[in-house]
Amino acid sequence: MAHFPKPDAGSWTENYPELGTAPVDYNDSIDPAFFEAERDAVFKRTWLNVGRVERLPRTGSYFTKELPSAGKGMSVIIVKTKNGSVKAYHNVCRHRGNKLVWNDFPNEETSGTCRQFTCKYHAWRYDLDGKLTFIQQEEEFFDVDKSDYGLVGVRCESWEGFIFINFDQHAKPLTDYLGPLAKGIEGYPFHEMTETYSYRAEVGSNWKLFMDAFAEFYHAPVLHQGQYTKEEAAKIQKYGFEALYYEMASPHAMISTWGGQAPPASMDMVKPMDQVLRSGLFGPWDKPEVMANLTEMPAGVNPKKVPQWGIDEWHFYPNLMLLIWEPGWFLTYHYWPTAVDKHIFESTLYFVPPKNARERLAQELAAVTFKEYALQDANTLEATQTMIGTKVVNNFPLCDQEIMLRHLHKVTGDYVTGYKEEVVSNGHH
Amino acid sequence: MATTDTLPAEFSALEQYLDWDLATEPERYAKRLASSMTEMQAFYDVAFPKLEAVMDYCDTFPIDDLPEDARTLMHLMQSLVMVSFPIEAWKQPRVPDSGAAWVELIREPVI
Repeated sequence: MAHFPKPDAGSWTENYPELGTAPVDYNDSIDPAFFEAERDAVFKRTWLNVGRVERLPRTGSYFTKELPSAGKGMSVIIVKTKNGSVKAYHNVCRHRGNKLVWNDFPNEETSGTCRQFTCKYHAWRYDLDGKLTFIQQEEEFFDVDKSDYGLVGVRCESWEGFIFINFDQHAKPLTDYLGPLAKGIEGYPFHEMTETYSYRAEVGSNWKLFMDAFAEFYHAPVLHQGQYTKEEAAKIQKYGFEALYYEMASPHAMISTWGGQAPPASMDMVKPMDQVLRSGLFGPWDKPEVMANLTEMPAGVNPKKVPQWGIDEWHFYPNLMLLIWEPGWFLTYHYWPTAVDKHIFESTLYFVPPKNARERLAQELAAVTFKEYALQDANTLEATQTMIGTKVVNNFPLCDQEIMLRHLHKVTGDYVTGYKEEVVSNGHH
Repeated sequence: MATTDTLPAEFSALEQYLDWDLATEPERYAKRLASSMTEMQAFYDVAFPKLEAVMDYCDTFPIDDLPEDARTLMHLMQSLVMVSFPIEAWKQPRVPDSGAAWVELIREPVI
């Protein structure tokens, strides 16, 4: 094998000695106590991406985000304020704790545009900057100063149009947290890709197990062979999978890989629909003008500048994966744990808006294809959770092409350990 | 859903499949799961050869301002894309090996 060079250390994994090469203990995916610790150590203290700025087109545009991953019932309002900045607040009224923004079902996310937030319970009102502006029958209250009862703020910062929140008021700034991997892709035309398809699934597995599935491409020639003709599937499986490049910049990581190039080497490789619409699993084959006109790709995209490059995937810890595809589109994955063996999986595909019916249907095929494979991936994972849960086998050998899994489990373990030590030394949470 | 005699003459063969004139993915996906392979094969056999011509016809209009017949044709072609996986790849309406897994499309551009 070895179609692509590995680092001098001999392997990608050994290039990061702190990762080790021993089998990995997956108790972190079945232990309820570990899950509780993860909530405090990870989801309450790291930057969490809640979407993109295009979801907030004008002053007063808002959406809510349920964040049970950071604690039972946690819910945040994200809004575009009068001066154009994006702010986030805990979704709770200061009067008696009613949930402030919701529609029909308090536990479901909602979105819209408003001039102010009005509580459904007693009509307390808050402006877009979170200030309490109106108390119903204010004269009935005892020395209540409205300036003391604004909405409780949540840290909210943006990077390249991606909105992040953080429940830790002392967290370092977002761009410091995202570090060099993010810096390397600044300037990619994310903001031009506003035609979006969003998916959601409740998956019966630990969040890290589904991340594992999308953090390696080693499975692709086997699990997804149905999309190819029989001869092509056999050829691909024999060839196996090797990435072009991996980089760990803890807690984040990235993989650069071939595949996903378009059009395919031979039309025999793909289905009749793909041939006519010039699209498929790797997205539309024909680059949008925006990409063709881009004078320079950011240095961090296709970092090795390999001609066979097809996809780059960044894992921004804890739960955002960003994939940039060679033909000129991107997608995101989010994994929101709700229990040790359950999580909400979300994905959004981002395309340049189509100029005509042909481009529109090419995107349609890409979106439909995406869902077909997501269903296969999700189902595999529920079985994995069940089998790991039996504890018949505890330690799993991970190969060099699974370095990002090894990294994810190690980073999470380190966060939990570090948090516990901090609690012990501070004597409090 | 459009009524009959709404399509340009060259696409009249598609009029018997106007029950596939569905604007959103959840509707198209539900109809796929509720259809037999025989039903989807019949639709595919008529619609697939028209795909190129439909795109040529629809591309005579701006994509964000399609007349009613072109919108109907686009919905039919979106349904064709939906059934293409059962017909061309899976040989069954459901995604194989997908078990009880369920992925819901929650936001999409609607023509």
